[in-house]
Amino acid sequence: MSIDILVSLIKPLLVLGIVLTNTIILIWLERKVVAGMQSRVGPDRAGPFGILQTLADAIKLLLKEQILPLRADKAMYLLAPIIALVPSFLIFMIIPLGPGFEITIGGETRFINLVGADINVGVLFFLAISSLAVYSVVLAGWSSGSKYPLLGGVRASAQMISYEAAMGLSLVPVILYSGSMSMSKIVESQSGNLSSTIPVIDSIVRFIPNWNVFPQFLAFGIFFVASIAEVNRAPFDLVEAEQELVGGFHTEYSGFRFAMFFLAEYINMFNMCAITATFFLGGWLGPTFPGIFPPLLSAMMPTIWLGLKTVGLLFVYFWIRATLPRLRYDQLMELGWKRLIPISLIWLLVSAIVLGIRDFGLPWS
Amino acid sequence: MTEILLFAIPALLIILGALIVVFAKNPVHNAMGLVLTLTSLAIVYITLNATFVAMVQMLVYAGAVMTLFLFVIMMIGVDKPEQSRKEIKGQTFLISGTLILLVSIIVYIGLENGLNWDLLFPESENAIEGTPSLLASSMFTSWVFPFEVISILLIVATTSALALAYEFKKSESND
Repeated sequence: MSIDILVSLIKPLLVLGIVLTNTIILIWLERKVVAGMQSRVGPDRAGPFGILQTLADAIKLLLKEQILPLRADKAMYLLAPIIALVPSFLIFMIIPLGPGFEITIGGETRFINLVGADINVGVLFFLAISSLAVYSVVLAGWSSGSKYPLLGGVRASAQMISYEAAMGLSLVPVILYSGSMSMSKIVESQSGNLSSTIPVIDSIVRFIPNWNVFPQFLAFGIFFVASIAEVNRAPFDLVEAEQELVGGFHTEYSGFRFAMFFLAEYINMFNMCAITATFFLGGWLGPTFPGIFPPLLSAMMPTIWLGLKTVGLLFVYFWIRATLPRLRYDQLMELGWKRLIPISLIWLLVSAIVLGIRDFGLPWS
Repeated sequence: MTEILLFAIPALLIILGALIVVFAKNPVHNAMGLVLTLTSLAIVYITLNATFVAMVQMLVYAGAVMTLFLFVIMMIGVDKPEQSRKEIKGQTFLISGTLILLVSIIVYIGLENGLNWDLLFPESENAIEGTPSLLASSMFTSWVFPFEVISILLIVATTSALALAYEFKKSESND
């Protein structure tokens, strides 16, 4: 009993630590990568390669004055940054970081799975919590009592509702294919290599890992586009379009409350990439080299694999940000409702039919 | 002790949220009170081992429906505090009478059961492991007819809402 309590106390603290450290590195990485793509140097003063720049910025933001606008709705204005941070921490709790291990303390042996909370409807939890993230943007925009944030807030609610539908629909074929809504089981269902009943195809595909991205490539594409829109990143950053809306929904925020929005944005980005890796790229699966590497490193390899996949996806996010111009508002809505949602519905139908034939045979046989 | 706390905190939050919905002057505050109520209700569902229902509650009501509420409140610009203070005739009498009735019902039920509040529900078997699949298998086998009827009903409702809201402009040739 005491070990269980200890484990459930340590896990959230660990998640908090991982998430905050990640964010510091992530912001530095984005600035460096985008600077490299634009032939600039990027941060290089604080620490080696400027890696302490984010820390310096955070301390600066902590010491800044907190401005409360005169026409702000005080309660909602103070509540919005908190609502922004909480869902981003909650989503990280359901990402499986590794296969888990057994630990023996005081004669008691416990199996500890490396996931904050392994709930059997993890996919739904992810969708439910990410739908709560809309409130922070909408409330921040509305409560500031200023026109630019309000426009940003209204845009955000429309955009996030539209792309949430596409995101949820693109996950349904993955759930069908994996046969479970639990994140750990979705990862486990991707182990091994692809196989086919036709010998010629089988000889080619059996070296490719059995990740969902190969059979569910269209769902992956839709999910990836929708996830960029969901975290309000370029080219879908109409919520905080600098040229039109000053700073968007967080124009009136200053000091540490602004830092909380900033933090939430980057945590959400990291979560989205980790979730994409979990759903489509095999999560923590990968070779662990048990004989070649020392045992401790070998045991940590699954977590390292997940980290590498996540950073790879994050690099694509940065790449897209540095490359693509922002969409117009009507283009954004058209892409969401007229392209992504119909395509994901058709793909759901196609994969349901294929899976039905695979599991139950052809209807006339 | 843990079970009572897990029930009491969300229950208090539900009541708090409901009170905000009724008494707050600002429509946005009302909407956020409703969000608090719906989210806390989801926590109560989780303590009753109905994780699937809890997640659907969060996704549909707290997530989608309430965001649309907020969107509409902001779009049509009623997000100003209420100015008028209209009173219904005999307001105080009605409210206090209803409250006394409610409290006396609760006290009566409590005394009837010997102050033994049955808060702790017995764990139902395979509730944790198979809730979505159990739900799906019963929904698509024994309840498939009502399920399909409801889906047809929803489509009819959506189409009729569209037909009512859409203005048929015959004069405009372009578009």
